[in-house]
Amino acid sequence: MQRERATTIYEKSKAGRRAAVLPDAGVPETPIEDLIPANLLRAEPPNLPEVAEPEIVRHYNRLSRRNFDLDSGFYPLGSCTMKHNPRLNERVAALPGHARLHPAQDPRRAQGALELMYLLQASLAEICGLPSVSLQPSAGSHGELAGLLLTRAYHADRGEVRTKVLAPDTSHGTNPASVTMAGYEVVKVATNQRGGVDMDDLRAKIEEDPSQIACLMLTNPNTLGLFDENIEEIAGLIHSAGGTLYYDGANLNAIMGRTRPGDMGFDIVHLNLHKSFSQPHGGGGPGAGPIAVSERIEPFLPRPQVVRREGAGGHGPRFDLDFDRPKSIGRLRGFQGNFGVFVRSYAYILSLGADGLTEASETAVLNANYLKARLAAGRAGERLPIAFDRHCMHEFVLSGRPMKKELGLATLDLAKRLLDFGFHPPTVYFPLLVDEALMVEPTETETKESLDAFADAVEEILAEAETDPEVAKNAPYSTPVRRLDEVRATRKPVVRQPLG
Amino acid sequence: MLAVIGVSSVDELFEQIPGPLRLGRPLELPAGMSEAEVYERLAGLAARNADAEAEVTFLGAGMYDHYVPAIVDAITSRSEFLTPYTPYQPEISQGGLQVMFEFQTAMSELTGLPVSNAGLYEGPSSVASAGYLAMGATKRRKFVVSRGVHPHSRETLATYSVGYGAEVVEVGLAGGVTDAAALAAAVDGETAAVILQSPNFLGAVEDVEALGAAAKEHGALLVVACDPMTLGILKPPGECGADIALGEGQPLGNRLDFGGPSFGFFCSTEAQIRRMPGRIAGETEDVDGRRGFVLALQTREQHIRREKATNNICTAQALNALGAMVHLAWLGREGFRDLGELLVRRTAYARERLAAVDGVELLHDAPVVREFAVRLDAPVDRVLDRVAEHGIAAGYALGREYSEYDDALLVAITERRTREQIDALAEALGAAVAEGRGEKLPDSGSKSPQGATERVVA
Repeated sequence: MQRERATTIYEKSKAGRRAAVLPDAGVPETPIEDLIPANLLRAEPPNLPEVAEPEIVRHYNRLSRRNFDLDSGFYPLGSCTMKHNPRLNERVAALPGHARLHPAQDPRRAQGALELMYLLQASLAEICGLPSVSLQPSAGSHGELAGLLLTRAYHADRGEVRTKVLAPDTSHGTNPASVTMAGYEVVKVATNQRGGVDMDDLRAKIEEDPSQIACLMLTNPNTLGLFDENIEEIAGLIHSAGGTLYYDGANLNAIMGRTRPGDMGFDIVHLNLHKSFSQPHGGGGPGAGPIAVSERIEPFLPRPQVVRREGAGGHGPRFDLDFDRPKSIGRLRGFQGNFGVFVRSYAYILSLGADGLTEASETAVLNANYLKARLAAGRAGERLPIAFDRHCMHEFVLSGRPMKKELGLATLDLAKRLLDFGFHPPTVYFPLLVDEALMVEPTETETKESLDAFADAVEEILAEAETDPEVAKNAPYSTPVRRLDEVRATRKPVVRQPLG
Repeated sequence: MLAVIGVSSVDELFEQIPGPLRLGRPLELPAGMSEAEVYERLAGLAARNADAEAEVTFLGAGMYDHYVPAIVDAITSRSEFLTPYTPYQPEISQGGLQVMFEFQTAMSELTGLPVSNAGLYEGPSSVASAGYLAMGATKRRKFVVSRGVHPHSRETLATYSVGYGAEVVEVGLAGGVTDAAALAAAVDGETAAVILQSPNFLGAVEDVEALGAAAKEHGALLVVACDPMTLGILKPPGECGADIALGEGQPLGNRLDFGGPSFGFFCSTEAQIRRMPGRIAGETEDVDGRRGFVLALQTREQHIRREKATNNICTAQALNALGAMVHLAWLGREGFRDLGELLVRRTAYARERLAAVDGVELLHDAPVVREFAVRLDAPVDRVLDRVAEHGIAAGYALGREYSEYDDALLVAITERRTREQIDALAEALGAAVAEGRGEKLPDSGSKSPQGATERVVA
C-alpha cells in the first residue's frame, strides 16, 4: 500500500487551475445581480480545490492505494457478508436506461424499471417466505425503523398503544438505536448457555405486561452465528402477547433456500442487498434495506408501492406506482428507493437462480465451519476458543480472553497484526456478550486455500506472541499509517481542513 | 473440508434448523443464467425506459440531469473504493477516510457551516434526521415546515415524527415563497425547528435570513434544505443564520438512477457536533506522528451507544460522496461558480421564453436559479403527453403534489439543456397548450389538500 505522508486535494490546490471546461451559456450574459437580488447572493465562490484533471486523477488513485478492499484479499468481517461483487452488475446498472432514468418519469415511460422492481419484490418475497415487499428503505437500519413504524401503525389500527420492544443482548447496535428513534423502549433479553434466546428470561419479560410488548427484534442465525432452535416457541410467545416479530436480515446469507423467516413466524424482515445480494459496500454505502412483511402488516407498507396491473382487452400487464394506500405509514425517503442497487441485486439473483442462491448459503456455512475447525485444531483452540461450541451457520465468534490473559494480547492486537499479513481482520469486540470477541464470516466467495492461509496466519501470530508479544502489540507495521490516536479524534475533533 | 469439520454432509450442518422449518423444496425462482443472458435480460428492461439519453428532459423536482464528468466514473469504479466496508480498521482505510475528510471540508465550504458529516442516505430522510437532532437539542417536539420544502421531505418528516413523537405544522406559500407572516405566527416556544428549503420546491429563492428570524426569536433551530448546485451563487445557509444545512446530494457527481442511490449532506454549527447523525471522519496522528484519519466522535453512534445513539444510521453513502467530491474538484472554485451562473442565465432565458408562449404564464416571479414554475391554460397531463411525442419531457406536473397548483408545470434546467432544446420545448409546449386549451381540467377533488395522494397515470 501507498505509504507517503497524507496530502489532501486542498493542499494540492493552486489558484487559477481547473479541470472543467463548461459549455457556453448561449444566452444573453445578463449580470447575475439583475436576475437575483444582491442580498441573496454569495460574495465569494466557495473555497473548492483548484486542480487540473491529471492531478485529480493522480490524487484519488493514490488515495485508493491507501485502502484495503475486497478485491485485494480475504475480508472476513463478521455480520457484513463481504462476498464478491460481480462486475456484470456494475455494467447493467450503468446502462443509460437505468442510470439516466429520471425518478419522476411518468410510470408509463419507466415500465422497464418498474417491472424490474416488481420482479425483485417477488424474488425477495419468495426467499423470505412472506407475501409482500417494499423496496423503499435505504439500508438495514432504515428497514428496522420502517419495521418499528409498521408495528406502531399495526397496533394503532387495532386501537392499541404498546411501548416495549424486546431485543437480545447479542443484537446489532442498530436494533436498539432504531427502537429509540421509533419512540419505543428497549427491553434486553438474555442469552442462554447454547447461545440462543434465554427462554425463561423472555417469558419473564413478556409476563411483566404482555399488553406492552410491541415487538421482538431477532437475528436468526444470531450474531453468534447460531440458529435459534427455539424459534417456533419464541414466535408463539410473541404472537400470543400480540406483538410482531421482526427479523434482522443481516445474516440471511446463512439460510437462503434452506429455511425462510416467514416460515419461522416472522412478520417483518429486512434484507441487506449490500450483504446477501452482492451490492458493493462502497466503503460505507450505498446499500438498500428492503422489507418483506406478512399479510397483516401489508396495508401499512410505505408508499408508493410498485404494483402490477393486469391488462384488459389483449393488453399486457402494466406496472405502476400505487400511492393510494390509506393505511400506509407514508414515505421513508425521496422517490422510489435505491434503484441502482435493485438493478445489481436483481442481476445477482438472475445469475445465481434458485439453486445458486441455495448453494451460496450452503458454501458460506461450509466455509465458516471449516475455518472454525481449522482454527480450533491449532493454537487458536486454546488461546481463541469458540464462544459457543456447536456447529455454526455462516459465521462464528471466538473469545480472545485466554489469549489476553496468557499472552497479554488483546483481540485488537491480533486484528492489527493480521493487517501485516494482508488480511482484513474479523469484526472485533462484538457481540458485547463475548469477552474480547472476534467474529468471523468468511462467505461463500473464499476458496479452501484462502481459508487455510487465514488459519495459518492466526497460528503464526499466536506462535509469534508466545515468544514476543510485543510484535503484535505494536502492530501494524506495513500499512500506510500505524495505530492511530482515535481518542484525540473524539476529544478534540478536527473534522475539516482549515483553509486560508 | 467435511472431514476436517467432522461431518459427512453439508446437510448435517443445517440440522440445527428444526425439521418443520426446513424449506424442503427449491426456491420458486428461475434457474441461474449465464452472464450474457443476464445482460440481455436487463438490457431489455432498460430499453423500456425513456431515459435522459433517449429524450430531452426538463424534469427536476429534486434530482437533476447534470453532466457527470468521466473521471467520476473512473475513480468511483476502482475496486479500492467500490468494494471495502465502512472504515472500521483505519490503518488500511486511509484512502476512504481521507475522502470523507475532504468531502466534509468541501460541504462545509459550500454551506458556510463549520461541521459536516460524511453523508446520509439522501435528501428527505436527512430532513427527518435534522428534526430528530432538533428535538434532542431543544427538548421540544414541534416542527414548523414551509410548504416550499420538497413534498417527499415533508412526508418523510411526518412518517418519522409519528415514531419519535413530534408534531409537524406546515406553513403555506405566497407569491412562490414562504408566507413570512404565517411562519412567524406558527413559531412559538414549543418549536424545535423551523425547516425551510431554498431554492424551494417551486424553484424560488427564499430570503432565509429574514424568515429565520422567527426561529431565532423563539430559540428554535433553523434548518435549511438546499440544492448544492446552487451554492456557487446563493448566499450559503451558514451566513443566513442556519443551524443546520442539508440536502439531496445527487446533483453533485451522481447519476439519476431512477431516484437512488445518491447521498444526503448534513452540516451544522459547532454547537451540534455531538448530536450529529452519521459518520464523521477526523484528522489525527499515528504512533509515529504520521498524519492520519479515523472515524471521529464514534460515541454518538449505534455500534457504541446502542439505544442512546444520536441516530440509527450507519451508512455514509461513501461511494456517492466520493463521486461528489471528485465532481467538485473537477469543477473547482471558479468552475463551480461559472456553472452556477450558467444555470441562472439559461434558466432566466427559458423562463422568459416559456412565459412568452400563448397560454403559458409564470406561477410566481420570485428569483430562481435553475428551476421555475409556469401555469398552463390546458390540462397539464395532456400537454405533457403531447410534448413527449416530440421526445421532450417538459417537466414535473406540480398537481402531483400540490392540488392548488393543478395547472402548473415545474421546469428544470441543467448545463445539458441547450438554448436550442429550450426553444424546442417552447415550440412544443405552445402547440400542445393551444391544442388543449378550452378543455376542462380534470376533477381534482380526489386529491387531499396536502397532496398526499399522487395521481396514478392511467
